[in-house]
Amino acid sequence: MKEMPRVSVQTADFDVAAEIAAQRAQDPRVGAVCSFIGTVRDHTAGEPGKVSSMELEHYPGMTEASIEAMIDEAFKRFDIYAARVIHRVGVLQPLEQIVLVVVTSAHRSESFAACEFLMDYLKTQAPFWKKEQTPDGAKWVDARVSDDAALAKWGIQARNACAGLPRRTPASGICPAR
Amino acid sequence: MKIIVKYFAGIREAIGCAQEQRQTAATNLGQLRDELIALGGAYADALARGKAVRLALGQVMSDEAAALTEGAEVAFFPPVTGG
Repeated sequence: MKEMPRVSVQTADFDVAAEIAAQRAQDPRVGAVCSFIGTVRDHTAGEPGKVSSMELEHYPGMTEASIEAMIDEAFKRFDIYAARVIHRVGVLQPLEQIVLVVVTSAHRSESFAACEFLMDYLKTQAPFWKKEQTPDGAKWVDARVSDDAALAKWGIQARNACAGLPRRTPASGICPAR
Repeated sequence: MKIIVKYFAGIREAIGCAQEQRQTAATNLGQLRDELIALGGAYADALARGKAVRLALGQVMSDEAAALTEGAEVAFFPPVTGG
């Protein structure tokens, strides 16, 4: 039987139903299937209608390898049967799908947790960068301190949003300058 | 030693270079960053101390203490924003 890839980085859109069916894989041990889809919103920083498109850049080679390592970690931490991550790159429009995470397990708590873990992990460690096209020009999206906090709840220090800057990040969510 | 340096996103745009081969005297990533800052101009602006910059060595997230080896692939990029 052909080995299914666990990670795909691609420009093409994905079919959620087909991917979930593939992960369920006729496995009678599976009692729980959890999935997450990230999609392109149509506003930037609370201004509806301002984003016309988004472009996703990534680091070929490192992107796939880093997400594979995250899935390995998910298998270590949670009793799951299968996990799959698809992340799109290139130019995307509002309403389009960006990322898919699918996890299967016997019971729901493991799937829910592993799915959230994988999203929290890739948000702060997978080498993708988003650039939003707005009527006022192109702008790279800023990383959020709140995403670092999300990974911290799994016991992992993200050091993403404030990389290399003094460790204490204030509640304001703004990284301290040196 | 000879190394490959890749730049991504806003740092790539600011420097105007996606990838280059460099001859470096640096022995770790921190020294390499300082060496690039010392070039001045766009390198200094993009990689300045006080800017949040992430480092990768051999396609793995690393820190400034990571040791460089001959032919190593290094990357400098802003905090990631995928997902």
